[in-house]
Amino acid sequence: MSDLTVGIDVGSTYTKAALLGGDGTLVATAMIATGFRLEAAAEQVYGTLLRHAGLSTGDVAYVVSTGAGRYQVPFRDLHATDLTAQGRGTRHFFPLTRTVLDVGGQTMKASRLDDRGRVAAFRLNDKCAAGTGAFLEKTARYLGYGTEQIGAVAAASADAANISGVCAVFAESEVINHVSSGRAPGEILHGAVVSLVSRSVQLMKRVRLEPEITLVGGIMRFPTMVRVLREELGQEVNVPPEPLAQFTAAIGAAVLGQQRLAKRAAAEHAAA
Amino acid sequence: MRYAGGVDVGSTQTKAVVIDEARRIVGRALIMTGANVVTAAQEAFQAALDDGVVREADVGYVIGTGYGRYKVTFGNDQVTEISCHARGAAHLFPGTRTVLDMGGQDTKAIRVTDTGDVLDFCMNDKCAAGTGRFLQAASFALEIPLGELGGIAQQSTRPVKISTTCTVFAESEVLGWAAKGKKIEDILLGVHRSIAARSVALLRRVGVEERVTFTGGVARNVAMVAVLNELLGVPLQVGEDSHYMGALGAALFAMDRIVAGQAANVGAAS
Repeated sequence: MSDLTVGIDVGSTYTKAALLGGDGTLVATAMIATGFRLEAAAEQVYGTLLRHAGLSTGDVAYVVSTGAGRYQVPFRDLHATDLTAQGRGTRHFFPLTRTVLDVGGQTMKASRLDDRGRVAAFRLNDKCAAGTGAFLEKTARYLGYGTEQIGAVAAASADAANISGVCAVFAESEVINHVSSGRAPGEILHGAVVSLVSRSVQLMKRVRLEPEITLVGGIMRFPTMVRVLREELGQEVNVPPEPLAQFTAAIGAAVLGQQRLAKRAAAEHAAA
Repeated sequence: MRYAGGVDVGSTQTKAVVIDEARRIVGRALIMTGANVVTAAQEAFQAALDDGVVREADVGYVIGTGYGRYKVTFGNDQVTEISCHARGAAHLFPGTRTVLDMGGQDTKAIRVTDTGDVLDFCMNDKCAAGTGRFLQAASFALEIPLGELGGIAQQSTRPVKISTTCTVFAESEVLGWAAKGKKIEDILLGVHRSIAARSVALLRRVGVEERVTFTGGVARNVAMVAVLNELLGVPLQVGEDSHYMGALGAALFAMDRIVAGQAANVGAAS
C-alpha cells in the first residue's frame, strides 16, 4: 500500500497542490491560476502534480482538500479548513510555530496555535481588500508593474510613501497623488507594503500573538514584506524556503492525510 | 451683469457652474478629473464660461468645493462639498430636508434645515463600498459603459444577491456570476441593490425626513433612483442638474459673497 498523500489548496487566486511521502518528504508541488471553474482547477492541478512526480492516481493513498474551494474537489477523501491546514503546514517547516500570518490574494488571516498545532484563535480580514495581495497587485498595476516585479521594485527603495491603507480603492487615489507629486514607484510600492504590514500586525495582535511566528501565503515571496514585518514586530519571524510559502496549506493538507493514514494503519494493526 | 462660479473637483469628475444674479445656472461643464487636478479645475471652469458665453472678467467670485477644492487655484475661497450639496439641493428643490449625495468614491447622507444649512451628516470615509465606484467596477468587469448600466439593470426580473462588501472583490464576484451564466441584467440589478442598501443604511443613521433630494453623479442612473425609491419608501427628488449640485451650491455661496460685498460697499459709500 502506498504511503503518498496529496494536499490540494483551492485558493481565491491560485490553486496549489503538494505530494508528501510517508517519511514527510515533499515529493512534488504544482500551482495554477484558479479562474472561475474551481472543480476544473482542482483536477488540472492534480494532474500536473502527478505528472511532475511521474505517478498516476492509483499511486496516491489519500487526498485532502483545503482552501475556499475545498468542496469543489470531487476526488477528495477529506476536506479541512485553511486554518487547520495552514497550522499543520507551518509546523511541517517550523515545529515551534505558535502564530501564523497568511496573506493571500483576497484574504489576510492570523491564527494562534496551541502546543499541538491546533488552531486556538483566529481573525480574518475577508470582507475588505485593504491588507490583501489584491491591494498590492492593484498598486503595482497602476504603476505599470506586474505582480512578479513587486518584490524587486519595493526593495529598491529605502523610503516609503505614506499610504493609509484604510480602503484599497481610496489608496488608489493616494497612489495617484504620490505619482503626480513625483514620488518614485519604488517608494510608493514600499509604502503599500508598509500599509499592508500595519494591518497584518493589528490582526496578529488581536489573536494575541506568541513566538514563534511563521509567515505564509503568496505575499511572503516579496522580501520587503518580510523585512518590514520583522521590523514592525520587533522579533524574528520564520518564512518557509522559497517558493514554498505559497504551498504551506497544501502541504498541511497532505500532512493531515499522513495522520489519517497512520491512524488507519494503527487501527488495522490493533484489529490484527 | 455680475456672475458667480462654483467648481466641484470630485475624485472622478470635475463639475463647474456659472450662475447669474438671479441665481439661475447660465453655464455648466463636466470633465474627468484625471491625474492633474489643477488643470481639471481650470478646464472645467473655462468650459462652463464658454457654455454660458460669459467672460471670465464678469465673474465676481469663484468658490471651490469637493475633495480637490484647494486645487482650484484661481478660486477666491473654498467650502466643503457637504455644505455645497445641501445648499444646491435646497435651492433647486425647496423643502429638501435630507440629501443623499452619491459620487465616484463617496456617498454622503446630509440632514438640512429649511434654509439649506447642514444639521448633521454621515459618510463612508473608511470604505468605498456603496459608492459609484462599485458601479465602475461592474462596468469594468462586464465591459459595459457606465452610462448604460442603469438601463440594462431595469430589465431584470430576478436580481442576484451580491455578497461582497468590498468594491475590489465585487469585480471578481460580478465575473463569477457571469461565468455561472447569470443574465447581465440580473447581475447589474444586484449590484444596484447592494449599493442602494448601503446608502439607505447611511441615510437612516442621519434620519430620513422628507423631502429627500438625490445628488451627485449616480443620481443620473435611473435604476439607482428606482431601487432607492423602493427601499426608502419615499420618492427621491432628482433633476437634470443633480450632477451639478455641489458646483451649484458653491456658486450660490459665491453669489452671497458678491452681494455681501456690494452691500458693504454701499454702506461705506453712504
